[in-house]
This record gives sequence, structure tokens and C-alpha cells, in this order.
Amino acid sequence: MSDKTAIRVDHLGKKYKIGGPKEKYLTLRDAVVDSVKAPFKRFHPISPIEEFWALKDVSFDVEEGEVVGIIGRNGAGKSTLLKILSRITTPTTGTVDLYGRVGSLLEVGTGFHPELTGRENIFLSGSILGMKRREIEQKLDEIVKFSEIEKFLDTPVKRYSSGMYVRLAFAVAAYMDTEILLVDEVLAVGDAQFQKKCMGKMGEVSKGEGKTILFVSHNMSMISSLCETGILLDHGSTRSQGPVEDVINTYLNSDQIGNGEIFFRERLPGDKKAVLHAARIIGGNGSPTVNVQINESFFIEMEYELFEDGMHVGPNLHIKDMYGQYVFTTGDSQLDYTSSLKTKAKRYISRCKIPGNLLNAGTFYVGVALTSINPLHVHFYEQDLLFVTIHDPIEGILTRGEGYSGSIPGPVRPLLEWNLT
Amino acid sequence: MPANSTLVGKKPHLIIRPPKKWVPVDFHELWEYRELLFSFVSRDVKVRYKQTALGFLWAIIQPLFMMVIFTLFFGGFAKIPSDGVPYPLFSYTALLPWTLFAEGLTRSTTSMVSNAGIMTKVYFPRLVMPISGIISPIIDFCIAFVILILMMAYYGFVPTIAIVLLPLFILLALATSLAIGLWLSALNIKYRDFQYTLPFIIQLGLYASPIVYPSSMIPEQFRIFYGLNPMVGVIDGFRWALLGAKPPEAMMLVSIGVVVVLLIGGLFYFKRMEQYFADVV
Repeated sequence: MSDKTAIRVDHLGKKYKIGGPKEKYLTLRDAVVDSVKAPFKRFHPISPIEEFWALKDVSFDVEEGEVVGIIGRNGAGKSTLLKILSRITTPTTGTVDLYGRVGSLLEVGTGFHPELTGRENIFLSGSILGMKRREIEQKLDEIVKFSEIEKFLDTPVKRYSSGMYVRLAFAVAAYMDTEILLVDEVLAVGDAQFQKKCMGKMGEVSKGEGKTILFVSHNMSMISSLCETGILLDHGSTRSQGPVEDVINTYLNSDQIGNGEIFFRERLPGDKKAVLHAARIIGGNGSPTVNVQINESFFIEMEYELFEDGMHVGPNLHIKDMYGQYVFTTGDSQLDYTSSLKTKAKRYISRCKIPGNLLNAGTFYVGVALTSINPLHVHFYEQDLLFVTIHDPIEGILTRGEGYSGSIPGPVRPLLEWNLT
Repeated sequence: MPANSTLVGKKPHLIIRPPKKWVPVDFHELWEYRELLFSFVSRDVKVRYKQTALGFLWAIIQPLFMMVIFTLFFGGFAKIPSDGVPYPLFSYTALLPWTLFAEGLTRSTTSMVSNAGIMTKVYFPRLVMPISGIISPIIDFCIAFVILILMMAYYGFVPTIAIVLLPLFILLALATSLAIGLWLSALNIKYRDFQYTLPFIIQLGLYASPIVYPSSMIPEQFRIFYGLNPMVGVIDGFRWALLGAKPPEAMMLVSIGVVVVLLIGGLFYFKRMEQYFADVV
């Protein structure tokens, strides 16, 4: 530990009991395999385990002025880590040493009350985030300017448009004057222009003001542009630490998490009759991607090879949300087994179109499987092989109510027809 | 070192560790967070009155109307004695601290659950929440107090020297609502039932306290037990300080003792449960 250490985490652990919020960890091996047969059989629910460790023996040091990206699948413990560093929840084991004041940006609009005006909310939210009144008064002009709400400063916030709301909420938090800043995925809100502004501000705050920042995100491009070092968490433990590009690569290449596309060169998943060669997510422009707009359709593609003629196989996909809960499974229902085109021994590319305005904003995991029907046999099932992040730019999205910028729950957000008489 | 860093010499050093079972109250920290306390109180007061046509008048309406009903039915028809004081004044003097207590208790009990969003996103000493709950009704109390002064003038009641003790009794009322509020708010996080026991407790308390009747009505042998209700001490104290009623006796000491025990116990229990709040709320 040097003189310039800002954060020191030492053997940190956090244990949650039954029904621990968010970090439910639900899989049992058998039930997982059972679920692959779901498109063809009834699905049985799985039972949660009694107690689990969200964080296990995590240790790392952060120097002053360092910007660290914390990455990992959901359920890996990233949010728990930030919560402990923010003193919102207490650790079960280990210690944390913090040198400097800590500001936490875990959500946009902490403490905002709809009945109060923009000005009143600036003071309230700033106060909740830990700023003194005098500090807020000094920064008031800058905050108002950054959020572009000069005209509406004295209007109740419930009258604000969704865009104004997030701009103001972020602006208040962005001007927190603490030596250490903990940021949890809040930059995922707002439209592209706003995100650019936020990124700019974050860069300014780290390079210009020399703050120490811990940044949690699923957005690898944001992580690599803002952070110098990275920490990869997996199932509550640190899997990798070091220069951010290396850590990102470890994340993308290990544990079968693909960055839009994944190839298998050796040890292809499958058996003697069928193997998986590759899987990818294709975005609007025809190339592999991990980011898709909520109202745009995208394709999930799997490349597999059959080694025998006359096989009757059905490719199927398993979409889960970031908590590991099933959203849906889908299989190709148009396979025609009488056509020899579909049953020769060769390579195939199966492509499934996921329509826009189906999945809700968020990160989803795609599992890929190939099943023979008679008799029922799974050739391969690669769980959580790829992930895709659905983005909601808020403005102009039909599945949002007018002027609503808050979170919309649920794994799906379909655009349905309504009729009023 | 960064160019425009404000770090000079020693930086604040904070150590986070697994909590012990019994954690003492950090009064210094609470003082540090006084501005946040003020922000919460300010928010609660503003939000309460925004968009209401009558605004602050609501602070007066509740005790005033209760006084009218009580005077009519308890003072008038039931002819309950009032220790030589005109019944309206008698009951209103008690309704004032009672409302302060009841409102404070309600707000502090529900404070943490209703602020669950903030509690899971930001750190601040959790005690700030129930404390802000008992402070915001003080504004209402002051407004309603004006009416009391008018009533005293109307009935020609000039306060005796005992008036200097009034602030102490106001503090006692606040301490009572905080003491019970601490227990209930901590319990309420785990077992949401407790917020439903509130209206029941308050209704029970309304009749178990000397509001519609004087405490002199309680027979000698039961006085000490009656004093176990902490509001007995508060209300008798108010009547003594403002109206020159009979000075207090052992009963009041019992009330004060109960408040002290509940408050200290409540602080310990609250701090004990504090570590679980964010996980459970």
C-alpha cells in the first residue's frame, strides 16, 4: 500500500440469506438441462438456495486518480461491491480503507421529489448526496447550465420532460466534489447526445480533476474509453485485474461470453452427430454487435454442423434476463423434415429474427441449443453464450408513456394495439 | 498528484468493517449531517402543503375540530370535570402536545420505508430519518400554538412562573415520539405490520392520556401505573406550565422515567438493526 492509495479492499466478503435482494442465484444443474427441453416439454420451476456469498475474498488497491472499470456478468457482485464501498450495506468479512471523501452515483435522481421545483430538488438531491448547502449554492449556476433547464428551474419536476429530468439528475451528481467517485451504470440512461455529454463530463472529472473513480458498466466501449485499469468479477470473486484492455479481453474470451460473436475452434460443443461452430448477434447493419436499440429488430445466428443424413433436429434459443431468469425460449417451428435440404450432413446457419419492441431495455443472455426430436436428445446447449444489451434512448420510443423517463419493469416491453371507444 | 487537487496533507480516512452487534450512536456524525436533516424536514413540510388550498391552516384544523367535538360531547353532555379550567381550553392545551406526539410518531415510524429508495442508494446515518420525522410537526405545533395563546387571552388566563418549564415539556413530547418511533421504525422495516399498529396505538393513547379528562380523576392507588403512559407526564406538564394547574407528583416522574428507558433502549435497538436495513427494506 503506497502513500497514494485511495481505496484498499482487503479480503472483502458479503453473505446474503434467503431471498437476498437482486442477487438471487438460482441454478441447479439438472433443472438447467431440463429447461432445454422446455420448448418440447413443460418447464419446472427451480428452488433458490438458502444463503450465498455475493462477494468472496475480494482484494484490490486503487491509486489516487486512477479510473477503474468493474466488469462482470450480472450476479457477479459488482453492485454489491459498490454498495459496500458506499456504506449502504455492511460487509460480512474483510475491510475497506477509503482515503478521501466518497460520492456515490448509483442511480439517477436520488431523492428527487416530483412536487418540488428543479431548484428545490437540486438542493435536496445535493444534500442527500452529501454536499453542503454552501457548496450547492456555489455550483448552482454550473448545474443549471449543464442540464439546460434554465427556463424551468422553478417549475415542479413532475412537469419536466423525461430528457430534462435525467439531465438535471445527472448534473447534480456530476458536480459532487469528493475525492472518490463510485458510479454504477447510470450512464445507461438518456439519449445519445446526453450520453456523450455524460461521458465528456466523466472524462473531465477524472483527467482534469484527478478524482479516483470506480465505474461499473456492461458497456465495454465506455469502460475502455474511460478507464485505465479493470477488475473482472465472476461469481463474487476477482477473476482478473490489470490494464483495462486485457481485463476486457479476458472477460470476452473466457466463460463463453461473446462480444457479439463467438467461434469455436477446438473442443466444439456437441456430440458425434452435431456440433456448434459459432453463434452471433447481428444488428441492423448486418454485422455482429452487442448493442441494439429497443425498437429495432436483430438476429441471433447459430452455425452448426450435422454429421449424419436424415437427422431431425431443431435449433432453439434460450433468452434470460440479467438475473438469470428465463424470458423466453424459441425454436425453429418451420423445419420441414421431408425436405432433404434440411437433413443432409453439412453445415447450416440458423437465423432467428427477434423483433424490435419485444425485449425491455437491459442486458440479456442468449443460450444456444440443438435438440433432436425423436428420440428427445440434446446435442449441445451452450448457456449464456452471448449477451446483448438493449438500449432505450427514451425520446421517441413508442413503448414509453409521454414524458416518462423512469425505469419500466419486466423482461419484455411489447408494443401492443390498444383500442378506445 | 493532479494539478488542481484539493487534497492537502492528510485526507479523511474511513475504514469499513463488518459491524459489531452493539454499535454506539455517533453523535458527532449526526451533527455533521444536520444539513441533511434540515433538507428532509424542509422537503416534508413543503410537500405537505404544496398544492393544498388551505396550506398551513391544516395545522390548526385538526386540534381545533377535536377540541370542539370534545367540548360538546365530553365537556358538555358527559359533563366531565376539567379541574376548574374552561373545557375548551382544558382539552386544547392537551391536544397540542398530543398532536405533536402523534404526528411525530407516525412520520418517524414510516420514514424509513417511505424513503426506501434513498436508503438503498446513498449513505447517511439512518437515525436522521426517524429524527426528521419528529421535527417536521413542530411547524404545525407552532401554528396551532398561536390559537392557544388567543384562547388563553380570551379566557383571561395569565401564565404563572411555571411557563419557563414549557420548553422542557415540549422536549419531553418530542423525546416520547422519538423513543417509540425508534422502536417502531426499526421493527417496521422487517415486519411491515407495525405501521398498521400505529393508528391503533394512537387511538388507544388518546383515551389512555389525560386529554378529555383530568388526571386527577384517576384514583390514588392507580396513579403510579397510570404514569407508565409517558404522555401523562407531558400533558400534565403542559397544563401546569400554561394554566397553572396543580404541580406534578410522583406520577410525572414515572412518565419521565419511562421515556428515558424507551429512548435509550430504542437507540440501542435501532443501531443494532441498522446494518440490516438496506438489505431488507
